[in-house]
Amino acid sequence: MTSTPAYEHAIDVQQLHKSFGDNEVLKGIDFHVDDGEVVCVIGPSGSGKSTLLRCVNQLEVPTKGRVLVEGVDMSDPETDLNDVRSRIGMVFQSFNLFPHLTVTANLTLAQRRVKKRGKAEAEKCALKNLARVGLEDKADAYPAHLSGGQQQRVAIARALSMDPDLMLFDEPTSALDPELVGDVLAVMKSLASEGMTMMVVTHEMGFAREVGDKLVFMDEGVIMEEGDPAEVLSNPQHARTQEFLSKVL
Amino acid sequence: MKRTTKTRLTRGVMYAIFVAAVAALVLAADWPAIQKAFFNVEIARELFPDVVVIAAKNTIIYTAIAFAGGMVLGLVLALMKLSPVAPYRWVATAYIEFFRGLPALLVIFTFAFAVPIAFQWRPPGGSAGAGLLALIIVSAAYIAETIRAGIQAVPKGQVEAAHSLGMPAGWTMVSVVLPQAFRIVIPPLTNELVVLIKDTSLLFIAGMALSQQELTTFARDGVSSVGNSTPLTIAALMYLAVTLPLTRLVAYMERRGARGR
Repeated sequence: MTSTPAYEHAIDVQQLHKSFGDNEVLKGIDFHVDDGEVVCVIGPSGSGKSTLLRCVNQLEVPTKGRVLVEGVDMSDPETDLNDVRSRIGMVFQSFNLFPHLTVTANLTLAQRRVKKRGKAEAEKCALKNLARVGLEDKADAYPAHLSGGQQQRVAIARALSMDPDLMLFDEPTSALDPELVGDVLAVMKSLASEGMTMMVVTHEMGFAREVGDKLVFMDEGVIMEEGDPAEVLSNPQHARTQEFLSKVL
Repeated sequence: MKRTTKTRLTRGVMYAIFVAAVAALVLAADWPAIQKAFFNVEIARELFPDVVVIAAKNTIIYTAIAFAGGMVLGLVLALMKLSPVAPYRWVATAYIEFFRGLPALLVIFTFAFAVPIAFQWRPPGGSAGAGLLALIIVSAAYIAETIRAGIQAVPKGQVEAAHSLGMPAGWTMVSVVLPQAFRIVIPPLTNELVVLIKDTSLLFIAGMALSQQELTTFARDGVSSVGNSTPLTIAALMYLAVTLPLTRLVAYMERRGARGR
């Protein structure tokens, strides 16, 4: 983080289009996230915000346009996709922990298979990251025995165990009971304060205002408005933004 | 007439019919003849220990070989059927549809007699070995479909999570998808196993020496040599001793599965 990186933006999305059949979900998105920046993406469901996030690590393959992650073109056939993906942590709305593995095994699997770490080293890293999310006592539990909030924190720890340069969050608290949301947001907040680069698709306006460096409002496949979170939330310029915020705030 | 009275009356009639049917059967049956033909204690005693140490043992060995072979080939076919490479999918689909559409007996007959004659081929293990090969080939078609369904029942998010961690497709399949898929298909696979136990009886047409005989062949030879049907009864009891606990186990696993994972 001290040396100047050889790329302009950590995530650089240029003229991105994505269609599912006849349905064009993203209609020419230009978007970027800088190193150490926390960018929150909000918008009504169906606005394309999750699709945009999933295009970043190529879980969705863009129809047109470019996605650069740390300067690497993700749609270049020469790109080692798995190598870049291992540097991008991703947290899903539905946690997607591996139910047949213990918490520790969830955290060590990719470390060992992808990063080729030894068992002891991988487990040490797993424990360190479990402590970071406050769940070191659940190391031997299976996901089914954890609450939703705990599962999501394990999922964050799993992503962190790969020592990612940046993190993608796809509505990480939308599937949680309201009283469990706070724990997950607290973990994300502490990550942000440690300088992690984060792209967060969310409905948590409080988090966006407090933690976000930039807020992006999307609707119908285009970015309607972006800027300082407090500014956008309190003084939205676009009519669609005003309408959306009046409904959710 | 009140509804409850009517219900009670219908019930009563149904019980009466049942009792009458049972009574008619008991009275009509020729009990001494049945006992003489199917439950001759002397003949039954002479079947032991061969019926256990040869016939039942062979049935279990043949089942194990056919199931193990069917699992390996079935897994390969399931993966081929889900392959992004179209010709692999075509081959797997053609194989599965072909062998599920044929009677197992016809395939066994072909491998035990037609193939060796046509290609001057001596199957390992004689015609029993050829018959077993046919059983493997047929069971693989059914097992492939079961495993494919299991793989597709694993939520898509599991694969996405593995990919997002940088795991390549092969490792994702081996470490994330297959362990969950197999857990899902344990009950239907156990059903395949029960079917296979019974299907080893089809090997009788291969014609086997005594040491190779499984339960049905052994029982049939027993019937013709002693002129009594008791060997069939004993063989039936042997099959049930293995299949009943297994089907109970499947029912138990399905109940447990239904309670949620």
